[in-house]
Amino acid sequence: MKALLLRDIRLAVRAGGGFGLGLAFFLIVVVLVPFGVGPDSELLAVIAPGILWLGALLSCLLSLDRIFALDWEDGSLDLLATAPLPMEGLVSLKAMAHWLTTGVPLVLASPLFALLLSLPVEGYLPLVISLALGTPALSVIGTFGAALTVGLKRGGLLLSLLVLPLYVPTLIFGAEVARRGAEGLDTGVPLAMLAGITFGAMALLPFASAAVLRVNLR
Amino acid sequence: MELNVTGLSVARGGIPVLEGLDFTLRAGEALILRGPNGVGKTTVLRTVAGLQPPLAGTIGQERDAMAYAGHADGIKTTLTVRENLEFWAAIFGTGGIDAALDAFDLTGLADRAAGGLSAGQKRRLGLARMVVTGRPVWVLDEPTVSLDTGAVALFAAAVRAHLAGGGMALMATHIDLGLTEARVLDVAPFRAKAPAHDDFDGSFL
Repeated sequence: MKALLLRDIRLAVRAGGGFGLGLAFFLIVVVLVPFGVGPDSELLAVIAPGILWLGALLSCLLSLDRIFALDWEDGSLDLLATAPLPMEGLVSLKAMAHWLTTGVPLVLASPLFALLLSLPVEGYLPLVISLALGTPALSVIGTFGAALTVGLKRGGLLLSLLVLPLYVPTLIFGAEVARRGAEGLDTGVPLAMLAGITFGAMALLPFASAAVLRVNLR
Repeated sequence: MELNVTGLSVARGGIPVLEGLDFTLRAGEALILRGPNGVGKTTVLRTVAGLQPPLAGTIGQERDAMAYAGHADGIKTTLTVRENLEFWAAIFGTGGIDAALDAFDLTGLADRAAGGLSAGQKRRLGLARMVVTGRPVWVLDEPTVSLDTGAVALFAAAVRAHLAGGGMALMATHIDLGLTEARVLDVAPFRAKAPAHDDFDGSFL
């Protein structure tokens, strides 16, 4: 199982793997927002948690269709399906590899990007915690969407349409944690909800992803 | 150990293509499926490999006994030949890859990026994966596509070595491999005659 994780990370980091894509997109969103809404730092500080969460979510969305599409195109997905690895384990590992190559860089870069949007200092820790807790859910839900659309040519649009509604609860509670943190309020309740969504998705969705993947491989 | 397929009917996209297929493979035997294009050879092989459920009939062997090689080789172009094989060896929990590299004359290419290989070399890498799996039943779909005569001989030797070790091979191919001991099964007479039964929901489940 470790071999699959290592392979996916290695493929993502090597040329053409799209490792920096999400991060670059996140940076572009964060840099362009002040141009769009004006340089008023008080206004920016108010909208920063929401913009940062939205940026992270969209960057995550950008790389979802690569989760299974590449393995499908070169035939490795068929071969992995006949390997001694349970399909549920396969999709969980794929989600984990996606999180490690997309979610973790976003989490680590978020304090820097928060600086660009003049987020209040006390909001940094809640922002990082909310992203660290919420981005795994984005990867797991996204893996489910990718499994649904595997084998479709240009399935990216359908994937976005399927996945975005499922992302809404994560976005609401994630951004709420960051907003409350920035305003110095108690973040306990939205943080608990966010954690619940993430762990619920991690526990249940791999079974759904594995089931649709089996159907799509026929 | 034997592979006992009885009354196998297979479907593609919910439509039956072949039905009533019976064959038995004992340890050390090879069976070659023949038939015109589109008759359903690939579907039979995918069903036997466990990638799709049979419409009817039984495949008297665990999925875990099968190693499947389809039309695509499952090669990652940015990894080297060695990394590709080592990955599959780790997934299947088998050890060294040197025997597989040797069998398909890939030792000299081991540290080359797989993306730089020719079509025939890629095919050899795809077939070397079968050796690495360490599984008793090889299910091969058109294994000799883009191989030259020398590579076909290498492949035939690898299959023979696998059979000698008590393995089995089930393959669809049109060319003569020189595997004189292999039996040939023409699947054309097994074409499904019954009209597609109306199981709209079932084809999605």
